Amino acid sequence: MSAHVNHTAEKQDKASLGFWLYLMTDIMLFASLFASYVILRGGTNGSPAGGEIFNLEMIMVSTFLLLTSSLTSGLAFLALKRSDAKRALLLLGATITLGIGFLTLELYEFGELIMHGHGPAHSAFLSAFFTLVGTHGLHILVGIIWAIALGDYITKRGATPNAIRKFSLFTVFWHFLDLVWIFIFTIVYLLGVIS
Amino acid sequence: MDWSWLTGRLSAEYLPQDPVTLSAAIGMPLGIIALLAAVTYFKKWGYLWNEWITSLDAKKIGVMYMIVAILMLLRGGADALMLRAQTALAPTGIELFDTDTFQQVFTAHGSIMIFFVAMGAMFGLINIALPLMLGARDVAFPFLNSVSFWLFFTGMVIINGSLVFGGFSNGGWLGYPPLTGLEYNPGPGVDYWIWALQIAGIGSLLSGINFTVTILKCRAPGMTLMKMPIFAWSVLVSMVLVMVAFPVLTATLGMLALDRAAGMHFFTSDAGGNPMMYINLIWAWGHPEVYILILPAFGIFSEVVATFARKKLFGYATMVAALLAIMFLSFIVWQHHFFTMGAGANVNAFFGITTMIIAIPTGVKIFNWLFTMYKGKIKFASPMVWFMCFAVTFTIGGVTGVLMAVPALDYQVHNTMFLVAHFHNVIIGGVLFGFFAGITYWWPKVFGFTLNETIGKLAAYMWQVGFIFAFIPLYILGLMGAVRRINTYDDPSWQPLFIISGIGVMIIMLGVALTVLQFIVSGWQYWKKKTNIDVSGDPWNGRTLEWSVPSPAPFYNFAITPKVSRRDEWWYQKKDGLTQPKKEEYQDIELPKNTSVGVWIAVAAGLVGFGFIWHIWWLVAISLVVAVGFIISRTLTDETEYTITAAELYKLDRKARS
Repeated sequence: MSAHVNHTAEKQDKASLGFWLYLMTDIMLFASLFASYVILRGGTNGSPAGGEIFNLEMIMVSTFLLLTSSLTSGLAFLALKRSDAKRALLLLGATITLGIGFLTLELYEFGELIMHGHGPAHSAFLSAFFTLVGTHGLHILVGIIWAIALGDYITKRGATPNAIRKFSLFTVFWHFLDLVWIFIFTIVYLLGVIS
Repeated sequence: MDWSWLTGRLSAEYLPQDPVTLSAAIGMPLGIIALLAAVTYFKKWGYLWNEWITSLDAKKIGVMYMIVAILMLLRGGADALMLRAQTALAPTGIELFDTDTFQQVFTAHGSIMIFFVAMGAMFGLINIALPLMLGARDVAFPFLNSVSFWLFFTGMVIINGSLVFGGFSNGGWLGYPPLTGLEYNPGPGVDYWIWALQIAGIGSLLSGINFTVTILKCRAPGMTLMKMPIFAWSVLVSMVLVMVAFPVLTATLGMLALDRAAGMHFFTSDAGGNPMMYINLIWAWGHPEVYILILPAFGIFSEVVATFARKKLFGYATMVAALLAIMFLSFIVWQHHFFTMGAGANVNAFFGITTMIIAIPTGVKIFNWLFTMYKGKIKFASPMVWFMCFAVTFTIGGVTGVLMAVPALDYQVHNTMFLVAHFHNVIIGGVLFGFFAGITYWWPKVFGFTLNETIGKLAAYMWQVGFIFAFIPLYILGLMGAVRRINTYDDPSWQPLFIISGIGVMIIMLGVALTVLQFIVSGWQYWKKKTNIDVSGDPWNGRTLEWSVPSPAPFYNFAITPKVSRRDEWWYQKKDGLTQPKKEEYQDIELPKNTSVGVWIAVAAGLVGFGFIWHIWWLVAISLVVAVGFIISRTLTDETEYTITAAELYKLDRKARS
């Protein structure tokens, strides 16, 4: 039996390292997109620059939604570790709701921009903007689907060691998306409004 | 009612028109149908499905990689033969195929050789050898390994599918925009190129993570990093490069795909787009990529030289340091691929110098191998012959590389045949020779019999001689001003050199044929005459742990996890005297169950690619949902392993050893 326990611990160890390495590769992906954005942000094709079209108030709201969702996902993980599956599910539900709220605002923002003629095919700046922010949004969507699947898993099997292991990877992923968002918030929106 | 949403832009006008492509387009499906018919006739579907397609055994996945790589070597080799036949005949007015087809052929040649031959053979050999060398039961994530392979396979299917329907990209193996942008290349060819590389590239990225964790977490007890075989070090460094470089490729290809599919302006020449950014990004991946390929080949040579010189590797620590130095430097040299872009003298000088510096750690390695051989009792088996060919050829290629690192000189030879000769010099003479050495070296561990030495050596000599004939003339042509990728030229004095080069390609093809013949003859000897069976499991008197298990290596790799206390553990264990393990030493082990989920994920990914190529958006959406569904169902499955009890294992091991 002890061999089996060791085997599970080993698996957790490997999965955790592997997942962190995956996040590092994701950082490289975002780094490429950030670099492209920074290079192309001047290429507005004669249209207004970012500062004039961004709705900073709404971005502020969506930033708070995402940061709060990060907190609730962390609390959900702590609850799961205390084997409090019910509370964990509740907090996970909050995370999912906040994530969906974030995505809704993002889609609304994209829709507004496109309606006013600032679609991704208009200029290099807008191509880079939609791709960078949209890639983050896609990650959020993946995270939400993952969270729903995890919720289903925990509902069926409870706070098992496997559930904790799977959930730990999810929270890392969710915090990571938070971090990427802070960079987007700074480099795309704040710097966009300043310059 | 408009039904075009259903079939996208699929239409009969994309069927092949010219005779060369048409014959290939008819021949290839017929060949596949014949193969499938044969499998059905001999009732081998169950065997294929259970033993290979759904297998998570790294060694079997490795063999599948090798089969794809060898098949693609034939395809890419045929392309090369066509290219050089065209250039040899050009002044006589004979046109074997039109300019557009010629462009497709050189694009396919480059893309296939790098992504599906070199990468495939590299991942194949790593899968076969790495877990065994580390004393591990398998790779860290066996299921992910299967996903990686099948994504690679899907990319291969897409790149070859273009032959039958729609034609391939004509934009060169790195597909520079704006030529590959929507404006100048609206057809499906470039999309085929993008999605073949994108899907295979994601497979490579996942492999990079997988092997890194394997090396960091799955080593046998006692094997510290500095006690690892040097091959494992080379793989570790190469996989770190994969993890850092391949996401850049994914992003770059993604942006190009968005330019083409959504009319965006990343790399267009209007609306603020920046084509030069593409060239920077693609080489930020592309330069590390060449080291990703060559480093494992260096690792193989390190094992081969130490084994056949019957000495421990000279300068192990400097070898590791050299690998790490190359890892670092390979990220700060990419701009040397486009000195002529006009980045300015200071930028060019920086990248020129960093490029030259890379020659130092590489030189360290060459000297280490030479000193390993010095005073060794060298056995000139065919892996060693490959090494000797490599040492000469690669050094020449390295020196011409340093020449081109001088920006002033590069302005003269940039994008000429000189460059073509240089990178074939290092890729054939370095990467391919290394992989051939690796195939010969580890073959008995996989199949249980050794390869025919006579034919193997002959193949190596053919490659070497053919290489000289094919590429030395290209150096001269490059200096004379022949640019790369031309299908015709006005200066008749070039023709003799192009003819010699064409003959060289034919000699290389003879080498390829001999390699294939070597497999067939050796297999025949094994089945009929039983003269070349590897009874001991250690045919070369090896030094590392893979030679401590019987050949062919059992599916569980090691019945008892080995304990390691020094480098070249197996060599010293043999010196100390071996003992049979006692029955009590066996323990229960857990192994991954076979699964077809990896195959289905790859099929869905392939359909995503197909949808993008032909603008069938509903197919993209549905396939994405299916792929995500498979991934989620897999991550939430707990029962993925089965147990072999100690008693069963004891029996299996005794049987394998007898």
